[in-house]
Amino acid sequence: MNTILDIKDLRVEYRNRAIGQTTKLAVNGLNLSVQPGEVFGFLGPNGAGKTTTMNVLLGFVNATSGSASLFGVDVREPIARQRIGYLPELTYYYKFLTAEELLRFYAKVFGIPRAETEKRIDELIKLVELEPARKRPIKSYSKGMQQRVGLAQALINNPDLLILDEPTSGLDPIGRMKVREIIQRLKNDGKTVFFSSHELGEVETVCDRVAILHQGELKVEGRVDDLMQKYKANLEQIFLRIIGYQPVAVS
Amino acid sequence: MNTIFALAQVVIKELYRRKDFYVLFILTVLITLLMASASIFHDDKIVRYLKDICLLLIWISALVMAVGTAARQIPAERENRTIFPLLAKPVSRAQVIAGKFLGCWLASGMALVVFYLFLGLVCASREHEWHVFIYLQALWLQWVFLAVIIALVLFGSVIFAAPSSNATISIVVVISIWFLGSHLNTVALQQAEPMRSIIYTIYFLIPHLEWYDIRDLVVHNRPLVSGTICGLATLYGAAYTGVFLFATWLCFRRKPLN
Ligand SMILES: Nc1ncnc2c1ncn2[C@@H]1O[C@H](COP(=O)(O)OP(=O)(O)OP(=O)(O)O)[C@@H](O)[C@H]1O
Ligand SMILES: [Mg+2]
Repeated sequence: MNTILDIKDLRVEYRNRAIGQTTKLAVNGLNLSVQPGEVFGFLGPNGAGKTTTMNVLLGFVNATSGSASLFGVDVREPIARQRIGYLPELTYYYKFLTAEELLRFYAKVFGIPRAETEKRIDELIKLVELEPARKRPIKSYSKGMQQRVGLAQALINNPDLLILDEPTSGLDPIGRMKVREIIQRLKNDGKTVFFSSHELGEVETVCDRVAILHQGELKVEGRVDDLMQKYKANLEQIFLRIIGYQPVAVS
Repeated sequence: MNTIFALAQVVIKELYRRKDFYVLFILTVLITLLMASASIFHDDKIVRYLKDICLLLIWISALVMAVGTAARQIPAERENRTIFPLLAKPVSRAQVIAGKFLGCWLASGMALVVFYLFLGLVCASREHEWHVFIYLQALWLQWVFLAVIIALVLFGSVIFAAPSSNATISIVVVISIWFLGSHLNTVALQQAEPMRSIIYTIYFLIPHLEWYDIRDLVVHNRPLVSGTICGLATLYGAAYTGVFLFATWLCFRRKPLN
């Protein structure tokens, strides 16, 4: 099988500009690969290095050493991003555009033909339930609505690989359910999903495989069922054990 | 190429949904009309006087608008994090720069057309004749001037992170080049070595923006600048634009974004 996403010995250091500051090691010796058709959960506490890893995959941040590739193409080539959809952690879009115009712009960037674009936009707007707001500028949207626009733009090119950074953050329970359904549907369509999340219950239900990152290092990686069997615990308990969480006694 | 045009379109859309252009245009119209209504001058002179004021306002408005818009583009993309979903598409950073440049330049071209139409109307109502070609030439040269400025400001915007400081620095640099650039060679002659060589080098390195300012010819209804000179000035401007855009790309190419 062709590996869709491949990370080898990845190391990322952030250099601080301020004088007297040391460098910050965000990712240390990470090896990871994702196979076609998998839903992969990328877990870890705040500051573990999840977003940093994704930023390398998308070419925003350069690896200090090591390499990463998508569909076998080095991530530094823009063409590696032709078949992926990406949802950033904090989503802000051109506020003066409407949802429709934004999607049309991204469709143009992908070179999607005009006739197809309109059909696709209608579908996506329906999918993320933004129909009443589609002709309103994005600056008038609530946080959850912006997150939905984000999801729609990530799907505009009908991608084979989705990279989602906390896709359910800021969504209400129905919105979360919806995202879960969308991920499930993408999986049924044979797409690959690589996403980070803090909602471990959710991860447990939708993911085939997970990796847990802590302080930039990969601690555990494997199939969800295998891990649960091995540790005889649910994902949340495994997670807490691995990052060394000690419950605080409350008197 | 499609990507570059799509990017340019977004820049233009933003501009016409903001109020800047309308405010500047209305100010220019108001001031010019105010001047026109005050007939304190001899009739023949007032047209020149009007043209002079109107052109000055056009130059100031266009400069402010071009610098303001170009200075904002890339920093705003980074500050609002819109650069992330954008670069996650198969878009190269070179295309981002080209698209931003094209958008700013086309937008300023459209603004210039509106301004010059107004100038033409005002003058035609007084002189009862159209000097279309000299207006077109003045417009074209000013547009080339703005291309150099926009490229310069884009370059500044990848060096100085804050758009406001970049805009201020750019305005100061542009105005000093514009007004002092042509005098540097005379200044150099009065200096001892090595200052003389240094100033001469600067004189030859900076883009000579004063060449694009043919307001005097418009005001006094002088004959057109020859086509050859106009073409050479265009090439000269294009070369500087290219150099600045290339420098922008060199700085932006490997910049970590977060
Ligand atoms: N631009 C930066 N400069 C310096 N350090 C940074 C920078 N960005 C991130 N870091 C550091 O790198 C580490 C990893 O951050 P990252 O954003 O990848 O975490 P994360 O796993 O996505 O966390 P979260 O769950 O909070 O989103 C953190 O310690 C963070 O402080
Ligand atoms: Mg994160």
